[in-house]
Amino acid sequence: MEYKDYYDVLGIGRDASQEEVKQAYRRLARKYHPDVNKAADAESKFKDVGEAYEVLKDPEKRTAYDKFGPNWQAGQDFKPPPNWDAGFEFSGAGYTGADTTGFSDFFEELFGGGRFGGGRQQTATFRMQGESQHAKIVIRLEDAYMGSKQTLTLSRATVDKSGHVRTEPHTLHVTIPKGIIEGQRIRLEGQGMPGFGGGPNGDLFLEISFADHPLFHAENRDIYHTLAITPWEAALGATVPVPTLGGNVDLKIPLGSQGGRKLRLKGRGLSSSIKTGNQYVALRIVVPEPKNEEQKKLYQEMARLMPINPRRDTGA
Amino acid sequence: MRRKYLTGTLLDENIVCSLSDLCSMCNISAEMVHDMIDEGLIHPSGKDPRQWHFTSIEIHRIQTTIRLQRDLRVNLPGCALVLDLLDELEELRRLKRNR
Repeated sequence: MEYKDYYDVLGIGRDASQEEVKQAYRRLARKYHPDVNKAADAESKFKDVGEAYEVLKDPEKRTAYDKFGPNWQAGQDFKPPPNWDAGFEFSGAGYTGADTTGFSDFFEELFGGGRFGGGRQQTATFRMQGESQHAKIVIRLEDAYMGSKQTLTLSRATVDKSGHVRTEPHTLHVTIPKGIIEGQRIRLEGQGMPGFGGGPNGDLFLEISFADHPLFHAENRDIYHTLAITPWEAALGATVPVPTLGGNVDLKIPLGSQGGRKLRLKGRGLSSSIKTGNQYVALRIVVPEPKNEEQKKLYQEMARLMPINPRRDTGA
Repeated sequence: MRRKYLTGTLLDENIVCSLSDLCSMCNISAEMVHDMIDEGLIHPSGKDPRQWHFTSIEIHRIQTTIRLQRDLRVNLPGCALVLDLLDELEELRRLKRNR
């Protein structure tokens, strides 16, 4: 079991007042709240901060925790000395209303169910639906385009017979429907937190986000791609292969196309059974660099035969 | 052994649910839903409560509101403001990423 430095988590000294503990907690809870902070580690930091506050806000728990002394380092292997909590009169329940699911083993060992009044055991006397659980999953654009099957592992809290809360990995196999788009969620009934007293389990909500893709990006159902073409393909028109999430398809470049022009490939976006997404292809013209006299002459010839002032509209 | 793959309900733009569906899914009372509508936090379609319909947007906003209230003690007007700012932030992040 790893030692947790709760003072360090809240960024305060061991001599901080209760008021300072509260202020530090509130500031960090706002900062790391997973609905607000989109960083990948925000959720675990938010839980750490909540766990630290759960101990330090309660003078009894804080005094007991302080007994271990300041010489422990965070992450150091830790075993509480036997009867470490002797001589304290713990009046409060182990949990004080905070959502303790996902608290560390360190917390569970010291303050978990049964020890500090055993708040959890009382919950068995009434029926309550388990809480819903929320998770974000990152999938590839290809998985959304074709539909796919994903295996994911989430951590889930379970309550054992003695009332201890343990966090266990929970592996799920989930079907991702074809044409799912970023921000949409899948609701899995009964896959959330366990219910109490025979109450039903909560639901699990999976929110979809897309991994970055080297060729494409998605906006809602539409896929965007930038296609490099030659000046003569743009000027004379051509049929060129263009990548899509379903493989290469031929695209007709109209005669006289300019760079930046957007062409639509109907139905090549993230289409579901009822909604259609398109792929938009933006043209980027690659200008060949003249490498010898003959090639330079060719450009000069073009300048003579096809004079143009592309900046005319700007008055320059 | 063959793996069993779970197929959930996709909360997409087509999903619509009634007031009672919404309450059981989000585990809240109808009174709280009324308060959120009064605050302009969610906008059901339909004239009176029996005809109200809610979309996945409402479900998401309600669930976020519940977490903000529980974790940060934000009141309802505060939640409405946070949600609007989060929408705007999300839009800005999207624009920045796709630029």
